[in-house]
Amino acid sequence: MYPAPFEYYAPNTIAEALSLLSQHGADAKVIAGSQSLVPLMKFRLATPAHVIDLRKVPNLTGIREEGGALVIGALTTHRTIERSETLRKKLPILPEAASAIGDPQVRNQGTIGGSLAHADPSADWPAVTTALDATVTVAGRGGERTLKISDLIVGPLTNSLNVDEILVSVRIPIPGAKSGSAYEKEPHPASRFAIVGVAAALQLDGKGVVQQARVAVTGLGSKVTRAGYVEQALTGKAPDPAALKAAAARTAEGIEVRGDNLGSAAYKTHLASVIAERALRRAAARAVER
Amino acid sequence: MPKTSAEVQGMGHSMKRKEDPRFLRGKGNYVDDVQLPGMLHMDIVRSPFAHAKIKSIKTEAALKVPGVLAVITGETLAKYNLHWMPTLMSDTQMVLPVEKVMYQSQEVAAVIATDRYAAADGVEAVEVEYDPLPVVIDPWEAIKPGAPVLRTDKKGKEDNKIFHWEVGDRSGTDKAFKDAEVTVKQDIYLPRIHVASIETCGCVADFDKVNGKLTVYMTTQAPHAIRTVFALVAGHVGLSEEKIRIIAPDIGGGFGGKVPVYPGYVIAVAASVVIGKPVKWVEDRMENLQADSFARDYHMTAELAAKKDGTITALRIKTLADHGYADAAANPSKFPAGLFSVCTGSYDVKKAFAEVDGVYTNKPPGGIAYRCSFRVTEAAHAIERITDVLAQELKMDPADLRMKNFIKKEQFPYKAALGWEYDSGDYHAALKKAMDKIGYAELRKEQAEKRARGELMGIGICSFTEIVGAGPSKHFDILGIKMFDSAEIRVHPTGKAIARFGTKSQGQGHETTYAQIVAEELGIPAAHVQVEEGDTDTAPYGLGTYASRSTPVAGAAGALAARKIREKAKKIAAHLLEASEEDLVWETGKFSVKGAPGRSKTIQEIAFAAYTNHPQGMEAGLEAISYYDPPNLTFPFGSYICVVDIDRGTGMVKIRRFVAVDDCGNIINPMIVDGQIHGGLTMGMAPALLEEITYDESGNIQGGSFMDYLVPTSMETPSWELDKTTTPSPHHPFGAKGVGESATVGAPPAIANAVVDALSHLGVKHIDIPITPEKVWKILKEKGVAE
Repeated sequence: MYPAPFEYYAPNTIAEALSLLSQHGADAKVIAGSQSLVPLMKFRLATPAHVIDLRKVPNLTGIREEGGALVIGALTTHRTIERSETLRKKLPILPEAASAIGDPQVRNQGTIGGSLAHADPSADWPAVTTALDATVTVAGRGGERTLKISDLIVGPLTNSLNVDEILVSVRIPIPGAKSGSAYEKEPHPASRFAIVGVAAALQLDGKGVVQQARVAVTGLGSKVTRAGYVEQALTGKAPDPAALKAAAARTAEGIEVRGDNLGSAAYKTHLASVIAERALRRAAARAVER
Repeated sequence: MPKTSAEVQGMGHSMKRKEDPRFLRGKGNYVDDVQLPGMLHMDIVRSPFAHAKIKSIKTEAALKVPGVLAVITGETLAKYNLHWMPTLMSDTQMVLPVEKVMYQSQEVAAVIATDRYAAADGVEAVEVEYDPLPVVIDPWEAIKPGAPVLRTDKKGKEDNKIFHWEVGDRSGTDKAFKDAEVTVKQDIYLPRIHVASIETCGCVADFDKVNGKLTVYMTTQAPHAIRTVFALVAGHVGLSEEKIRIIAPDIGGGFGGKVPVYPGYVIAVAASVVIGKPVKWVEDRMENLQADSFARDYHMTAELAAKKDGTITALRIKTLADHGYADAAANPSKFPAGLFSVCTGSYDVKKAFAEVDGVYTNKPPGGIAYRCSFRVTEAAHAIERITDVLAQELKMDPADLRMKNFIKKEQFPYKAALGWEYDSGDYHAALKKAMDKIGYAELRKEQAEKRARGELMGIGICSFTEIVGAGPSKHFDILGIKMFDSAEIRVHPTGKAIARFGTKSQGQGHETTYAQIVAEELGIPAAHVQVEEGDTDTAPYGLGTYASRSTPVAGAAGALAARKIREKAKKIAAHLLEASEEDLVWETGKFSVKGAPGRSKTIQEIAFAAYTNHPQGMEAGLEAISYYDPPNLTFPFGSYICVVDIDRGTGMVKIRRFVAVDDCGNIINPMIVDGQIHGGLTMGMAPALLEEITYDESGNIQGGSFMDYLVPTSMETPSWELDKTTTPSPHHPFGAKGVGESATVGAPPAIANAVVDALSHLGVKHIDIPITPEKVWKILKEKGVAE
């Protein structure tokens, strides 16, 4: 519970942070809300020689609407998202998912960008942002670039960022009429990470038939995964309970499910179908309402 | 109604806790808050293997880490013959190994450094070479002939058995089973769990080389006994008892986990003695969960014999107790299986027989309680589960079966088949009250309707009887020291008082409840009774706080010491009032002359006179001490009813309602009693639904951190509904019985019974705790009702 020695930096600008990163390369780690990296350091599972804290860097927090999308600063806390009136109106799935993260202490410190970059295979944001077709903006010495979530998160605790890049914001398109999304999870009793979490986003057409379904699963595999079979099964169908149940039954198909002390692979596979059905039902109900 | 005024705050007043202002303001003083000049820090190297020979320990690299001053190994301690120590159960355990390690996370070496971080860096740098040995994890394998013998340190030891203990009438019980109209039998496993107190264990050992005095600030529930143990264990290296001072400051939860002496304490003391500087050792969470004494791990087979009408005729229980590599339980010496023999529970069972075999495995040593009185939880779980199994077999309502077999109110004092004399009880009244409060009949109707719709709802009852307040000196001792407890009260000239006790609060609120006892007896406002415990240089000798013994034993000593003071006060009052003692009457706080109510002296006036105007021939002062040897144990009881709903999709059990009717005799502080029950119910829910420590076949611990050892928080806790009946203990000075552990004993079977009840129509008879969602889902799937 006592970390190995490390140097701590608190840069005041993004340029300064990027320069520190390129100076120390793989020996450095960035911290945002400190909720994931610091515990790993205390267990000495992570032993970065240099820790670069972004909390003094300006303009990395906040929620704004821009060109038909919501842009959320990487250092925006889960708590801010949970309480955002804008998000409650435009995309209630976001405050809903935020409110189920950890506990109030964690939510007051932890950030959406930190969670995405950390790429924990049981985290909530990867599933929610994947279902919502979000992108992230990444700053590097050569400027900014945009990545899909599926290109950002490449494995357990592994992102595709270069050692001298920083995730600065998350961009989520605001869905139009006849769309609805919902997130459901079975929380880990200790951490409240997802044992299985399913985010579902449905777009219906004028007749109430599913035009597009995006369903993302966290907790099951080594990283967030789209439940392609579920999406296929729903497309072109009316989202009635039978169709949702039948589609949800295929949630874990194609995913190599990890068993652990909280559930065997068989149980988690089953749980995924149950959770997916519940998420789909709520997403469908919202889509019909809008 | 309380007898004393709101100003005096004697028994029955919900006085706010005197200790809370300092806790709420962050001003508590726990062991880790102790800072001494020049203090060094200790960290421990632990074994990654469950059973291995130590080939070498290389310390050179560690000693080069900046700040590291010393590395202590078993070889270091062996020079002083301190590498082994006795357990409270007359077994032995290693302080540090010289030859082999016996469980994963066992202490292997200790690093002493100038700061805590350097100590941790030093631990990383110690190189230990191991040669793994065959691992014995399953106790059933451990007792088989030909199993590797683990305790090779014991000359001539050829198996892994620790003890065989039995009680009751074996042949009479066997005959009752042979003659029975109905019998039921159930294997019940109570898994290994950990108390997981929020404050881990630790100490600051401070040896003063000049005066030869050792002061140890220590997380202990029994400071006086620890002092004597230290004197006995380290007497040969010159530590004598008057030179040892144990101080238990504020303690953040004990629950039995802070009764034993852990190797870390001994190493820290040895380090301080050798180096001559204070040494602090505080475990981290994982060390606490992985290496400190566990609770339970009882493999029980329970059987009931009965008539067709439901009359229970006999109980038989056979148990295999996994103690890890050493019997480090903290039971009274004559009770290797604790008070498990209270397993006939609340029922009038004529014939009973129980046996327990202790066995060694490659796991941490222990067998302590988990907020219960020496294996009472195991006993209650066995009888309350098997009673439901019988109800199911007979197709009887479990409430009816209990009502039929309860010991009747008029049978008390009741001599149980396994030897205990229950002091008092009214079990019918408690269960009836719980049934009325929860609306039992309506719930059964609702359940029938839900079953018809395929919904799963269960109602579980537990009517437990505890056995606490150890204990009478005839049977109860720890290492020969009788299990009395003590109180010393001094009344100051201005009529305020200080009261010191041989126990030690770990959060129970003794500073308030003990003050209220003194207030009740002397009429001095509880606000002006300063309570102190935990410093062996000042408090009278006592055996400490565990097994719900503080109120039954030390609380009684407090009342008796106060009564001695009242006797002297009466003499002083007679002198002041110029009346004879026979003519004086006591009403709270003052003596008055019979028939002349105006002529009276308050306790404050009497106290002042005791120092300023005491009668000739009488010693000055107003103080007394009492060592109370209880004539019997006390038997708190209660009836709990739990209602659960089961999610057919996830297998998740949701506690919808939980009614707890407790009877702990006369109550000192109703608010504190409620608090104890609320906390106890949550802590009882924990092993029922969440907590378990398991090991893989190599002996790797599963459940060694709070990520996988699942303690409940307020988020998982339902809203508890409390009620009570009051049946005073007839032999206790103020009729109290103790309450701290009732809920942890009673809650698990109530919850387990509710879940089994929800599934009983599918043919489910038993589920071992913890009842996890996956366990339930597997059953639902097997029975074809999973969603």
